[in-house]
Amino acid sequence: MTRRRQRVLVDPHPYPGRLIAVEGIDGSGKSTQLVLLERWLTARGYRVHFTEWNSSPLVRRSMRRGKKKDLLTPTTFSLLHAVDFADRLTYKIMPPLKAGMIVLADRYVFTAFGRDVARGVHPEWVRGLYTFAPRPDLTLYFRVPIEVSLDRLLGGRAKLKYHEAGMDLGLASNPADSFRLFQSRVLAIYDELTAEFGMQVIDATGDIMSQQKIVRRMARTMLHGYDGPRERRNGDGAS
Amino acid sequence: MARAKRATPSAGRVPGHPRRGKRWYGHGLPYLKLGPLPGHLIVIEGTDGVGRSTQIELLRSWLEVEGYAVSNTGWARSPLLSDTINEAMAGHELNVLTFSLLYAADFADRLEHQIIPALRAGFVVIADRYMYTVFARNTVMGADPAWTRQVFGVAFVPDLVLYLDVDVEHLVPRVLAGKGMDYWESGMHLALGSDIFDSFERYQRRLLDEYDRLADEFGFLRVDARRGIDDIQGDLRTHIAEYLARARSAPPAAQGPGVPGLPASESG
Repeated sequence: MTRRRQRVLVDPHPYPGRLIAVEGIDGSGKSTQLVLLERWLTARGYRVHFTEWNSSPLVRRSMRRGKKKDLLTPTTFSLLHAVDFADRLTYKIMPPLKAGMIVLADRYVFTAFGRDVARGVHPEWVRGLYTFAPRPDLTLYFRVPIEVSLDRLLGGRAKLKYHEAGMDLGLASNPADSFRLFQSRVLAIYDELTAEFGMQVIDATGDIMSQQKIVRRMARTMLHGYDGPRERRNGDGAS
Repeated sequence: MARAKRATPSAGRVPGHPRRGKRWYGHGLPYLKLGPLPGHLIVIEGTDGVGRSTQIELLRSWLEVEGYAVSNTGWARSPLLSDTINEAMAGHELNVLTFSLLYAADFADRLEHQIIPALRAGFVVIADRYMYTVFARNTVMGADPAWTRQVFGVAFVPDLVLYLDVDVEHLVPRVLAGKGMDYWESGMHLALGSDIFDSFERYQRRLLDEYDRLADEFGFLRVDARRGIDDIQGDLRTHIAEYLARARSAPPAAQGPGVPGLPASESG
């Protein structure tokens, strides 16, 4: 097969809405930043829809069973996430995009390009799964060193999740060691993806509020010329 | 898109040409160290109600009498996904994307947990349908054929594909005598009409046209399935016996397939 780069997420989508995605390894703080962005957008009267990676009810049972019984291989793991994405795209992402609203995605296809490839699937194959995905108008990548994310995760909850630590790959018997090895691979791949897909890199070691300032500035720039449905709110209607 | 017209490489095999090494259809599974796979992967393709399961049962007993260990596999039978697929189909909540990806996940699960171990152990694996059924359905449903083929890049090219070739006129009485016309097999999801009989005829006609095209492209061996069970079985056995005789005379490849696009060292 000729090694020809596929045209994945190259062209801007044709819909009146806007799509903003956040990416980053676990513990990078991306979800916190996205929630704050949502508050700001909503306060300014924008109609916002929120969607999260791996949240579709369609594959919930298979995913749970696969994880619990350790039945998942890198390929089935990847395909189940693609089903999840396709299902959410159909019901949660496309309708608001077509209706001119703002869709916020906590993780997008780049998560698959990073994590699934770190698990060993072919990078071209996984890109090929997602050729139907619309290109986000803005993708924010929250870059953080492994140790910082590990501290945040261990500070917040007692245990690392099995797949998040890449324990299914048998890289190390200790979850923290496995997390370091697996997420380092993911980080290295993300670094390549930022250039390939024009993601905006945000230094996620900084404090929450200064990061959010940058996020809002980028969102404001991206929304320049956007004329979607907007509710008038008391006092804060002006842009 | 011009790209959509181009078939994924390594498309069909030439019937009658012995080839003992398994080949990936596309990018394969780079993380697997396969080693030798002395078994045989034989696919029975054909539309709904054509009599595949009857024929496969008969083939299985025959092969076992001949001394071959046989493993059966078929769509939506993976422990990981069968419940999800059956429920989603009952709820009519699938579209062409989720449908294809769920089937691909079901296939990948069976490939890694059932088909590959059986091939490694030297079994004859009889697959009740293969990726070609998804190719045919997706084209009828209007999906990009290039996308469907990429998704199934994780599959092996089978050693032998036997196609139970039938027409709608012969199919209708068989389906009615069997379990009857159901929602999906009648293509009701395509809204071709409110009458299930008309929809079935139209949908199956399109599907059969598509299978016909795939048969040429991928070198299926056609078996005339308009005839009785015994005649069909006789032809299937002849084709399989010929294939197995050829395979016995050709030594198996020492290695499993490499992965295109990755250095040989990574694919084992």
